[in-house]
Amino acid sequence: MPDRTVLRVDGLDVHAGSTPLLQDVSFAIDRGERVGLIGESGSGKSLTALSVMGLLPEGLGATGDVRLAARTPAEHNLLALGERALARMRGDGMSMVFQEPMTALNPTMRVGAQVAEVMLLHRTRSRRAARERAVELLEQVGLPDPAHVARAYPHELSGGQRQRVVLAIALANDPALLICDEPTTALDVTVQATVLDLVVRGVEARQAALLFITHDLGVVATVCERVLVMYGGRIVEAGPVQDVFGDPRHRYTQGLVAASDLSGADGRRERARLPTIPGSVPPAGRFPAGCVFRTRCAHATDVCATPPPWTPRGEHPAGATAYGYACFHPAGGEEDG
Amino acid sequence: MLLRVAHRLTVLLVSLALASVVVFAFMRVLPGDPARVALGVNASEEAVRALRTQFGLDRPVLVQYVDWVGGLLTLDPGVEFLSRAPIGPQIADRLLVTAWLVVSAMLLALVVAVPVGLWMALRHRHWDGIVLSGLSQVGVAVPAFLAGILMISVFAVRLGWLPSGGWVVPAQDPVGFARRLAMPALSLALVQGAVLARYVRSAVLDVLREDYLRTARAKGLRPVQALVRHGLRNAAVPVVTVLGLQLATLLIGAVVVERVFVVPGLGSLLLDSVAKRELLTVQAVVMVLVVAVLVINFVVDLLYLLIDPRLRTGAR
Ligand SMILES: Nc1ncnc2c1ncn2[C@@H]1O[C@H](COP(=O)(O)OP(=O)(O)OP(=O)(O)O)[C@@H](O)[C@H]1O
Ligand code: SF4
Ligand SMILES: [Mg+2]
Repeated sequence: MPDRTVLRVDGLDVHAGSTPLLQDVSFAIDRGERVGLIGESGSGKSLTALSVMGLLPEGLGATGDVRLAARTPAEHNLLALGERALARMRGDGMSMVFQEPMTALNPTMRVGAQVAEVMLLHRTRSRRAARERAVELLEQVGLPDPAHVARAYPHELSGGQRQRVVLAIALANDPALLICDEPTTALDVTVQATVLDLVVRGVEARQAALLFITHDLGVVATVCERVLVMYGGRIVEAGPVQDVFGDPRHRYTQGLVAASDLSGADGRRERARLPTIPGSVPPAGRFPAGCVFRTRCAHATDVCATPPPWTPRGEHPAGATAYGYACFHPAGGEEDG
Repeated sequence: MLLRVAHRLTVLLVSLALASVVVFAFMRVLPGDPARVALGVNASEEAVRALRTQFGLDRPVLVQYVDWVGGLLTLDPGVEFLSRAPIGPQIADRLLVTAWLVVSAMLLALVVAVPVGLWMALRHRHWDGIVLSGLSQVGVAVPAFLAGILMISVFAVRLGWLPSGGWVVPAQDPVGFARRLAMPALSLALVQGAVLARYVRSAVLDVLREDYLRTARAKGLRPVQALVRHGLRNAAVPVVTVLGLQLATLLIGAVVVERVFVVPGLGSLLLDSVAKRELLTVQAVVMVLVVAVLVINFVVDLLYLLIDPRLRTGAR
């Protein structure tokens, strides 16, 4: 894979027993690139992130090829790597911020110690340097009186403050890849914007690759340059945010965009959330064969019962999976399937 | 933090005071006058009256109560009605025996239950975890006295490895002491260990589902490392609760097991004194048990404060 590629996922399948949850998920993210991952609840966004981190829940299996060029070149498929080797990458070359900040920190450990731990664990700093750096990081994520916060316990902080702490932990070792799984969904609207800004500044300062999961198209538009649209455990469309949202090809993306109010000001964010596409998302493993969106699509024809091939839409430095769609009867442009 | 400790201490003192009133009142409310009860129905009226005067039972109840509490506080609860043997030293001796029994049973239970509980949690989807879990269920259901009787019939009667009961002071004969302590302690430890292991299991399973454990994994800790560094302290809260309850249960449960193994502990003293109708001794023993339970609760409360910083600040 090219030098600038940080993460490349190729043909990722995740299954619970014989139930497929993700199918043939492929994408790549370059250094410094900020990529959004959107889709309705249950579409497989979190599973994609957890597969990369090697933190899939017990009972789920993953096959395919996941490569990360962080401290070392991407020699190994992460899915084939042992727990010990993977653990060395987590929190160092790649890190992750989860949705629920209220419960993400250990209630019995001081905040500073929780930040310092990730540096001590990967031996990126000495004990004393880690403690000092922890305070610096807390300051960088905009916490007032960081030295005081470092000595506090999580329950003494608000949700927004805790999410900043989690972000500080994730950024502590200057990861090559940061994954955020709906990091602001649980926060007040007023706090959301600041945290989003911190995420962007954090990855920009480190030239890190960002995979940003959200329900909110508006958030993707402000944070990301490129977006992946997921439905039924597949990536159905990908490309630069402007093109995908302004001129969607896949019928699912089209529905998604139509149902959200992208022009909405911040106060109307709530309504900009996902969407009212007719019908409902089938339960995991109950998606139709062929195009997974077939049962809800007004444009479906017989051919849609076979899997739609990936149609590249244009050149993109991050490769063919970076810009294209999988639909037989795409919206916009001219029909090309 | 200090405020919290002061608060718990106040609760302890108030509970102790209330308990003393209840124990005192309960014994006095029992039908019949204590002197008459102690001397039996055939005693003459003069003898009963003499005993009442001697022990001050004819004074106002409030005076008697104050006198009794004073005796307890100076660790001198008086003498028995009939033998005139001082009660204090008896209780001290017996308490020591029961303490040996209860503490060794608790330690035994703890040493086995924590690793077994951890194992059951970590392997809860595997056959060994499930088998252990099933065994612990069985252990919970076996009463201590039954375990004791079974052990006697196997190890004392059939195999002749251990004495079936009795007691010697450790300083006198350490080996004999250990041989006599083994079976009663083990029979108490069995049930408590099984119960404790199940609590450890469920506490650890709960903690494994916590988001902060996932955060710990995302930092690069391996599963067991994450559990040890971030999980155990959190899992300790429910386990300490159970531990406190169990110590209290063990104190009471020891009464029966002391009978089975003829161990001269506090439980035996209580039953003997009831049989001899020695009201003052019964009162004193019950009070000692109550104090022990309340103090255990107090210590458990302090442990909570040590373990969980959220409890120190009052809110939540
Ligand atoms: N441990 C599991 N066992 C079986 N099925 C699972 C498991 N975890 C997730 N799934 C299923 O996989 C599908 C994708 O889940 P995932 O959590 O990735 O969705 P998501 O896109 O992140 O949704 P949300 O927006 O609600 O977070 C869901 O239908 C879910 O029910
Ligand atoms: S492939 Fe067919 S069913 Fe799927 S979105 Fe396109 S038109 Fe609709
Ligand atoms: Mg999710």
